[in-house]
This record gives sequence, structure tokens and C-alpha cells, in this order.
Amino acid sequence: MIISSMAKNGAILTAFALATTGLVASINALTADKIAEQEQLQLTAQLQEVLDPKSYDNQLSQDCVIITDEKLGPHANQVIYRARKNNKPVAVVIRHVTPNGYSGDINLLTAVLSDGTIAGVRTTKHEETPGLGDKVEVKKSLWITTFKSLTVEGEDDARWAVKKDGGQFDQFTGATITPRAVVGSVKNAVLFAQTNFDDIFAAPNAECMEVAK
Amino acid sequence: MSELKTLYKEGVWVNNPALVQLLGLCPLLAVTSTVTNALGLGLATLLVLIGSNVTVSIVRNWVPKDIRIPVFVMIIAGFVTIVQLLMNAYTFGLYQSLGIFIPLIVTNCAIIGRAEAYASKNPVHLSAFDGLMMGLGFMIVLVVLGAMRELIGQGTLFDGADLLLGPWAQSLRVEVFNFDNQFLLAILPPGAFLGLGLLIAAKNVIDAQIKSKQIAPPEAEKGPRARVTSLT
Repeated sequence: MIISSMAKNGAILTAFALATTGLVASINALTADKIAEQEQLQLTAQLQEVLDPKSYDNQLSQDCVIITDEKLGPHANQVIYRARKNNKPVAVVIRHVTPNGYSGDINLLTAVLSDGTIAGVRTTKHEETPGLGDKVEVKKSLWITTFKSLTVEGEDDARWAVKKDGGQFDQFTGATITPRAVVGSVKNAVLFAQTNFDDIFAAPNAECMEVAK
Repeated sequence: MSELKTLYKEGVWVNNPALVQLLGLCPLLAVTSTVTNALGLGLATLLVLIGSNVTVSIVRNWVPKDIRIPVFVMIIAGFVTIVQLLMNAYTFGLYQSLGIFIPLIVTNCAIIGRAEAYASKNPVHLSAFDGLMMGLGFMIVLVVLGAMRELIGQGTLFDGADLLLGPWAQSLRVEVFNFDNQFLLAILPPGAFLGLGLLIAAKNVIDAQIKSKQIAPPEAEKGPRARVTSLT
């Protein structure tokens, strides 16, 4: 008696599991292309923000290397996009992460030109306090645009700090930790780009879309 | 007809999921920092609620009582995943700003609560209407709370509405007033608790007033009508 009811219930549960899984799978199949397209659009928009699209002529979002280096943050496999014009290196766009923010990681995107100056920096993801630390977002404040055209002169460049620490970057009222983390991380990314610029361009192309988030 | 009216009253006011049942508070408190986010999550919850209510009602006679909960959970999880995929595909920006809270709709007790308490015992059309009304009640509270917090915290309304509704909605953004420093309390989580508390208090005050009106003594009987028309 109990065995037969167990079998019946099991069969009904299985039927429902198959039906819901099937439905989700078919919706997933229907939307997968659209989602990939949206992600590609977003990536293109992000890259355009940091690097003028007129300055290069290759498919930037498809030309990348994947690098693990502690200068780019604590996580493995950061993506570096390579901009070329007439097959000559123009700039690198680096994804990097700093764990030193006020809450959680801050994900950044920095474009460095071949002469070592910065073409642009944007915050792509963060969990800083709304109203205080979130001024690193370009939507909230233009602070992040002050990096443009700056360069780093060596590891000991004293200007690369917030004003409170004797550097050249404004801190935010009530939030010094966030800009300090961003400045430090951008500085490291630029140093990395300056030291390894030629190696980055010499490396073979990687599967960018798989890791881009 | 009167059943529909009862459902409407129950969902939107008397038994409002957010103000009376106090269900689904996690997304309610977390995403209501702007009207757009609140509306987005409200719509997502509404769709899931209607979908799950209808499905639960359709299958209610085939599901044995012993396994109804896992079946309901599967149905709800399926609908949430579908809504999540659709939002990811068609409202990408909003999907990113709502983030983890879309999958969390699964844990919104209001949904399984309605499946269990209403949809599993009632025909399809009533269950659909119940889902609509409960979802509407939840969404209204989300939007009101979102409007309060956005207005006090940032001085704007409908900031970022284009993420939900498309580029034309950028013109919906209203800058009511402008501060040098945002009023942080309203945007941070404690502001959500305070705001929700104020909303519940306001509802209680209104309920108390309605009640006191109802038990007020009926008006004294009118005296005999005086003829005033033919005095001249």
C-alpha cells in the first residue's frame, strides 16, 4: 500500500520536475542569443567609455589576453583587451579588481595608451555605500574621469594617492577608503601595463567572451 | 462578482502581502531605494505570482496532498527562472541593478502562501485574479516606499526609468529638489525599515478612522419635512 503510494507520488514529482525543467530549458534556449547580444553591447559600451573608438580599428572586444597577476587584483584570470590600429599597438584596456574597498570588491576598467598615459578609467561593479563611496561611479560623480591623461612614474610616484595621504586625488567627504582603493588599484594596473606592454601584444589571442563578465 | 471584489480588497488593502502579512520583506526592503527598482521587482513578483497561481490551480486536482509543497516550489522556481531569463534578455540594465533579488523572489513567502492558501483550492480564473491583486498590493507598497526613499534620499523620482521602460522613459525623471549631500538614511537599509514602519502606521490610522466611522451612531431620524416651496 505505502509502496504503491510512494511510487505514484514519485512518478508525479518526476513528471513535474521534467515539465518545469523542460519549460525553463526552452525559455533559456529562446533568450540565450538575446542575452549574449546584450552582454556584448554592454561590453562594447564599457570599452567605448574608456577608450575612444576612433583610435583603433580592430575588434577590441574579441582581441584579448587573460592574465593572472597580483597587480591586477587577488583573483585569477583578468582580461586585457588589446587595441591596434593598422596592426600597431595603440592601447590596452585592463580589467582589474581591488579588494580594499569599503565593502567587497571594486571592479575597474582602465585603458592605458602605448606611451603609458591613461585614456580612461571606469568602475564596472562595486558595492560601496550609496551616497558616500558610490561616487566612484561615473553616473554619480565625475571623480573617476580625473584619471584621464595622467601617468604613473614608477612605483614610488607620490602623487598617486588621495590628498589626505599627500597625493593628487580628491577623497570624498566621509569616504576615504573607497577612493584610496581605486587610486591604488589603477596605479598598479598602469604600472603593469607599462612594464608588460609589448608582452601583452605578443601573447596569442584568448577566448574573451568566456570570461568577460 | 462579489468574490472578485473581495479578492481585490483582500489583496490591495485588508490582507496586503507587505503591510499586513509582512511577507517578502527581504526584497521589499532591499530594492526600494528608487521607484524604478521597486517597479521592476514589483512587476517581476506580480508575473511570478499570477503564473504560479494559475499553474497551481490547474494542477490542483492531480497533485496529492503529501507532495504538494515540493510541486509548488518547483512551479514557483520555474517561473522565477523564466522571469529572470526574460529580464536578463530584455531589461538588461534593470536586471543588473536588481541583481540577486530576482532569484530571491523564490523565497518570497507571499507566493507560496497564495499557492497553498488560495490557488490550491480555487478555480483558475479566481486564482489568476487573486495572484493579480496580491501582486498589485505588493507592488503598490514597493513603489510607494521606493518613491518615499528616492524623494527623501536623492530628491528625484523615476531616476533610471529608462533601464526598465526603454530610452523614452528618461524624460520621466523628475528632479524635485537638489541637495549638495544626499540624505543617506533614506537610501540605506534603516531608511527602508523606517519607511515601511511609517506606511504600516499610516494604514492602521486609516483603518481605525474607517472603523470609528462605521460604529458611529446612525444619524438621528429626520424630523418631518417642512414645506418650504409654497410659502409665498
